[in-house]
Amino acid sequence: MNHDLSGPVTGHVPVLRLGDVLLVTLQGDLHDSTAQQLQQDIGETVAGTGVSGLVIDISGVEMVDSFLGRVLAEIAARASLLAARTVVAGMRPAVAITLVELGLTLPGLRTALSTEVAMDLLAGSDPASRSGGPRQESR
Amino acid sequence: MPEHASTGQHGSPAREVGAFLRRRAEQISQRWADEPLFRTVFTVSRDEAVEAGRIVVDALAQVADTDQVHDPDAAGFTVVREQLSRMGAARSRAGFTTAQVSNDVDALRPPVENLLVADLPDEPTELVRDCTTALTVLMGTMRLVVLETALSEGQALIERQRLQLMEVATPVIKLWDGIVAVPLIGTLDSARSQVVMETLLEAVVDQHARFAILDITGVPTVDSLVAQHLMKTVAAARLMGAECVVSGIRPAIAQTIVQLGLDLGTVITRASLADALAYALHELGADIINATPGGAGHR
Repeated sequence: MNHDLSGPVTGHVPVLRLGDVLLVTLQGDLHDSTAQQLQQDIGETVAGTGVSGLVIDISGVEMVDSFLGRVLAEIAARASLLAARTVVAGMRPAVAITLVELGLTLPGLRTALSTEVAMDLLAGSDPASRSGGPRQESR
Repeated sequence: MPEHASTGQHGSPAREVGAFLRRRAEQISQRWADEPLFRTVFTVSRDEAVEAGRIVVDALAQVADTDQVHDPDAAGFTVVREQLSRMGAARSRAGFTTAQVSNDVDALRPPVENLLVADLPDEPTELVRDCTTALTVLMGTMRLVVLETALSEGQALIERQRLQLMEVATPVIKLWDGIVAVPLIGTLDSARSQVVMETLLEAVVDQHARFAILDITGVPTVDSLVAQHLMKTVAAARLMGAECVVSGIRPAIAQTIVQLGLDLGTVITRASLADALAYALHELGADIINATPGGAGHR
């Protein structure tokens, strides 16, 4: 069913705002155009709303390639430039193994077991503790 | 090819051999029953050995009839393949090497050859020679079949044991809410470390574990390959949002790691499993505090 949806509908991945956090849920395959659109959407939303956190839930992603790994790293890098911390949540074991085998250990990226843990991480952690990039609460 | 050479009023030498085997099946199996290969397998009764020999002779005759004396995959062999492998396995169990088993099978040839020569007294020497050659080829092929089955048997055993080893070697233990541990035992190769990684990550998901402890107390040596496997597992666990602690690094292993120049910089390491558990508990905010020295026991 995924194939039917993701094929012709070069659709939108919804970017939801929950208070101070943006939630993006990826499901199924991510195509080039969708990924580009998503990166743009996230960039605009983060810049427009000034949120401090971004959670990317990839528990619905069963397959991964180097492309998705790079997209995740790029999204995180962009968000950190816009003063938002990114947490990737719910990665499946098979996906993690594939990424490691591909050599994409995504060192700058924060991870969490589930969306809930990711929210806690963003809410609870001290903003000054650790972050990648120039982040202040402004914008 | 000698077995296709002379086809006068007789059939091909192979067929001739087949007919001879059928004629003399009883005698051949009687003689074979005294050979070590049959004698050691059928220790209980000689009749059984003779019966088994008969079946083999029949199979050989069938193969000879179809002119496939040089083909180990000939249809005739399938009937006796199990029988032959059983005999080969019995010899191997008795402590014989594959080469010795091969010699045992070869020892079956001379009696048959003598019978064959005795059976064709009036035939031209050329035909006799061709028939003997065909017989030799046929027996050689049987020898090949025996060795093939014996080897594949050994291969299957190794494969089975390898799988068993993998199953028993990778238990994932829940130490606390949100803490799982894998005690690694024995040498880590890539196949095993793959299994370890998969089971550990599955456990991380199932138990919602924030911490995963890899205990390498039971790993005899750490080389660059093992270290690489560890790093991969740690990286994969981190991607899933769990923190991985490597524990049980003995002084000798620490020395080796340093001497090899391996960089475990990004990996959290602790000397013992207890230390790793204490670290994980501390990070979870569940510090363990000793009871008061006074001994009241309650705190």
